[in-house]
Amino acid sequence: MTGKRVTFSNTWLAGLLIAPQLILVFTFFYWPAGEALYWSFTLEPPFGGENQWVGWQNFKTVFEDPLYWNSVRISVIFALSSTVLAMGIALVLAVFVDRRLPGYQAYRFMYFWPYAVAAPAVGLAFRFIFAPDAGFVSALNQWYPGIWNPARNGVDAVILITLANAWSMVAYNFIFFLAGLQSIPRTLTEAAAMDGSGVLRRIADIQFPLLAPTFFFLVVINLTDSFVNSFGIVDITTAGGPARATDLMVYKIYSDGFKGKDYSLAAAQSLVLMLLVISLTFIQFRFVERRVHYS
Amino acid sequence: MVERTPILNILTHLILLTGLIMLLVPLWIVFVASTHDFRTVNTVPMTLWPGNQMIENYTLAWNQSGFGPKMLNSFIVAIGVTAGKIAIAAISAYSIVYFNYRFRSLFFWMIFVTLMLPLEVRIVPTYAVAANVLRPYQELLDLVGLTSLVNTVAGIRLALPEWSMLNSYTGLILPLIATATGTFLYRQFYLTVPDELAEAAKMDGAGPLRFFWDVLLPLSKTNMAALGTIMFVYAWNQYLWPLLIVTDIANYGTAVMQLQRIVPGPLFGEPPRWHIAMAGTLMVMTPPLLVVIFMQRWFVRGLVSTDK
Amino acid sequence: MARIDIRNVTKFYGKTQVVHGVDFTINDGEFVVILGPSGCGKSTLLRMIAGLEEISGGTICIAGDVVNDKEPRERGCAMVFQNYALYPHMSVAENIGYGLKVAGVPKAERLVRVQTVARTVGLDAFLDRKPGQLSGGQRQRVAMARAMIKEPKVFLFDEPLSNLDAKLRVQMRIEIRKLHQRLKATSVFVTHDQVEAMTLADRLVVMNKGVIEQIGAPKDVYDRPASVFVAAFIGAPGLNLLPATISSDGHSLTLADGQRLGVETARYPALKPGPVTLGLRAEALNIRPQGHVTGQGTLKATFDFAEELGVGQHIHAEVAGSPIVIHVDGRHPYTYNDVLSIEVSPRDLQLFETKTGLRIAEVNAPVPATSRDQPFVLDALA
Repeated sequence: MTGKRVTFSNTWLAGLLIAPQLILVFTFFYWPAGEALYWSFTLEPPFGGENQWVGWQNFKTVFEDPLYWNSVRISVIFALSSTVLAMGIALVLAVFVDRRLPGYQAYRFMYFWPYAVAAPAVGLAFRFIFAPDAGFVSALNQWYPGIWNPARNGVDAVILITLANAWSMVAYNFIFFLAGLQSIPRTLTEAAAMDGSGVLRRIADIQFPLLAPTFFFLVVINLTDSFVNSFGIVDITTAGGPARATDLMVYKIYSDGFKGKDYSLAAAQSLVLMLLVISLTFIQFRFVERRVHYS
Repeated sequence: MVERTPILNILTHLILLTGLIMLLVPLWIVFVASTHDFRTVNTVPMTLWPGNQMIENYTLAWNQSGFGPKMLNSFIVAIGVTAGKIAIAAISAYSIVYFNYRFRSLFFWMIFVTLMLPLEVRIVPTYAVAANVLRPYQELLDLVGLTSLVNTVAGIRLALPEWSMLNSYTGLILPLIATATGTFLYRQFYLTVPDELAEAAKMDGAGPLRFFWDVLLPLSKTNMAALGTIMFVYAWNQYLWPLLIVTDIANYGTAVMQLQRIVPGPLFGEPPRWHIAMAGTLMVMTPPLLVVIFMQRWFVRGLVSTDK
Repeated sequence: MARIDIRNVTKFYGKTQVVHGVDFTINDGEFVVILGPSGCGKSTLLRMIAGLEEISGGTICIAGDVVNDKEPRERGCAMVFQNYALYPHMSVAENIGYGLKVAGVPKAERLVRVQTVARTVGLDAFLDRKPGQLSGGQRQRVAMARAMIKEPKVFLFDEPLSNLDAKLRVQMRIEIRKLHQRLKATSVFVTHDQVEAMTLADRLVVMNKGVIEQIGAPKDVYDRPASVFVAAFIGAPGLNLLPATISSDGHSLTLADGQRLGVETARYPALKPGPVTLGLRAEALNIRPQGHVTGQGTLKATFDFAEELGVGQHIHAEVAGSPIVIHVDGRHPYTYNDVLSIEVSPRDLQLFETKTGLRIAEVNAPVPATSRDQPFVLDALA
C-alpha cells in the first residue's frame, strides 16, 4: 500500500528520517488536539491550580448560549452561499475556457491571480470597495442614500464577507474544474460530436457527469475552507460586527479564547468545529473512493 | 473540431470577459485607490483611473508602518516554511516509501490524519504549546511516571527547561511545517519512481543515503518547485497564527499582520486614509502574486497534486 | 451514393504542415485502408473527413457535397476510435443509443434499435453494464455498435484494433470485413499494421510524411510497390533493397562488389545507365546448389543465420555488403559464413531510381513470381 518492492533495511536510519516529521506532528498537532479535548471537559479554577473535571458542562454552556447558535447559523449561511457562488462562477468559467477558443490561455492565466491574495488583504480591499462612504459601491448610496452600509446593517455585512470569500475562492475552484475537464479524454467529446451532440449538449451530457467527482471534492473543500479560513476576511472587514452579525465560528473561538481568555469554552467550541471539519472530510473520502471506482 | 457556433462563441467570450472583470476589478480598484490623494480617494463615486500620488502614497505607507523589516520577516518565514517543508517532506516520505519496518503504516496514517484539521481549528491549544514547547514532553514524562521515578531514585526533580516560541521565527515557522501536505506529494512522487532505479543503485553499491541524495533528490526537482511555490504563498499569507504568537511587532511582525493596523476608519479615531491602506495592501499582496504569475505552471501542478 | 472525394487536401498545425496536398477518391461502398507509419498524417486525414479537424486547404466531398465547413454531425459519418471513447458514465445501451437520443428518436424506437444492433454484435446480454465492466473485445463491439446504429453513409475507423491482443485482433478483423460485406457502407480504415491493411482493404492508400506514396489493390501494392518506402514498408520482411549500377548499354547491373545480373532492357523504356536501387522479394529468391546453372542470374551470398517461421524459414544472408532475406519452405543445412548461390529470375527484378526512390516503370510487366516454380532442392554445400 505505502511502500516499494525494493526497500532498504536500515531501520534506525528510517526512524531518523521520519523523526523530525513525527516530532512536529506530535508537538503541534496531536498534543494540541488532545489538549483541546481535555480542556473542553475541564474548567480552570478562577484562583489557579489544577483544572477541574466538569464533564459536558462546557458543551452545555456553549450549546445553551444563543450567541453560539447565532454564530453557527451565520457560519452555515456564509459557507453555503460563498460555496455556491464561488463554485458556480468557477464552473461556468472553466467550462467555457475549456472550449479553447482563441485567447483562452490569457483567461486561464489571469483567472488564477486572486488565489495569491491573502485573506486579510482581500478583506481590506473589499472593505474599501464596499465601504458606504468611499470606494466603488458607495455610488449606490449617493443614488439611494442609506441602502448600503455593512458597518450598520448585519445583512450587508454578511453579503460583504460572503462576496469577499467567494471572490478569493473562485480561482482555486477554477483550477480544479479545469484540471477535471482536461482529464476527460478529448475523444469522448469528439465521439459525442460524431453522435450529433452540440457544444451545450456535450457540456450537459458528457462533461458535467464526468466532473461529478471533482464537484463533490470541491464542495467539501469549499465548505471546510469557509468554516476555517474565513478568519482573515472577517477580522479585517467587519471584526464580527455589526452586533455579532458576522461572528463566524472561527472568529468566536478566537475572541472567546484570546480576548475573553476562556480557554475551556474556546476548546469546547474548537472541538465542535473539529468534528464538523472531520465529518466533512470523511464525506470527501467516500467520494474520493467513488472517484477511484469511477475510472 | 469544425464547429459553426458564432453566437455561442461570442457568448463564450462575453462570459469569459465578465469573469475576468469580476476577478480583476477588485485588484484594479486597489491599485487605482493607492495612486490618489486623500480627497480624491474619498470622493463618491470614485474614479477608475489611476492618479499621480503613487510614489508619495507608497513611500508613506512603507515608512509609516515600517514595512521594510516586516517584509523581511515575511520573507524569512515564507522561505523558512518552504525550505523546512521540502526537507521534512522529502525525508519522511523517503522513510515511509523506501524502508520496510513495522510502524511505517502507523506513521503514515499518523501524518495523514493531520490533513483533516487545519491550524485555525486547533489554534487555542497550539498557541498554548508554542508558549512552552517542551511542556508536552514534560507532561508526558510525568504521565509515564519517569519524573517521580527519577525523583525517588536520584533525588533530582526532572524538569525540562521552559522554551517559549512566542515572538520567534521558529514559532512562526515550525507549526506551519507540521502538516502532511508535502509528505504526500513526495510519497506520490516516490511511488512513481521505477523500482529498477533503487535496484540499479543497490547493484552499484549505493547505500540509502547516497541513493536519496544522488538519484531521488535530483529527480524530484519539479516536485520541489511545485511544493515550494504553494508553500511560499501559503506561508506568506498566514495571518491568524502570526497575529497570536507575535506580540513584539517591531521585531517579529509580518507584512500580512500589518494589514490589521492599517485598516482606516473611525474605529481607530483617524480619518479614512484609504489611499495609504490600499498602497499597503498592494505591497503585501505583491510577492505571492508575483510567485503565482511567474511560477504558474509549478503552482497549478503543486496545488492539484497536493489536494487531490 | 456516399463517394468521398479528397481534393488536394492540406493540413497545417501552426506552421508545420502534416498533410501535403492529398488527392484521391473513395468509391461508394468501398473499403479503403490508409496505411502508414505513425506521424504520417493518416489519422489527421481521417479526422478531417470526420470533421474533427479543420481542413487547411483543398476540399473534401462526401456524396457530392463539399463538407469542409460542415460540423461532424452534418456529415453522416460514424467513427470508431482507437481507445473506443465510450462514455464511462453511461450503460452499454445508453452508449449505443446516445446518437439516437440526441437526434430526438423516441425512446421506444430507440430501445428496439439498440437491441437489434446489440444482437448483431453479440452484446445483448451486456446492455446494462458500464463500459468499465467490459473486456477489451466487448468495448470494441460497443464502439462498433454505436457507429452502426446511426446507419451512416460512411464508416471511419481510427486504428480501432490496436488496443486488442493479437488473437482478438484477428477475430475482430474478420468481423469487420464480414460486416462490411453485409452493410456495403463506404469505409475508411486507418492503421499502421500492414497485415491488417492487406487483409481488410479493397484498396490500400500508403502514406508517408503527409504524402500519398501509392494507391492500389493490396496485391498490386505488394507486387509492384511504387517507391522504395512502400517496398520496405509492405511485406514481412519488406523488399530486399540493394544499391546497384546499370551498365552503359543497359543490359546488366552491377552490385557494390562487382557481381552482375542481366537486365531485360526492353522492359524498362525509361532506364538510364547509372545508379539504381534493386529490389528483390524474399519469396522470389531461390537458393541453388553451387555450380547449378540455369538461364537465370545468380548472386553469391554469405549465410548469417536463419529465422524459424514454422511454415518455413527466413534465411538472412549478405550480398555485396547489404543484408538480404530469402524465404525457404524447408529447413536449411547451412552454417555461419557458408557461401550460397541465389538464383534470381530477371523478371523478378524491381528497379527504383536511387535519387527519388520511385519505381522505374515497366512495360507489359509480367506478374512477378511470388512463389517458386520448382521445388526447393536441399543441397549440402559445405
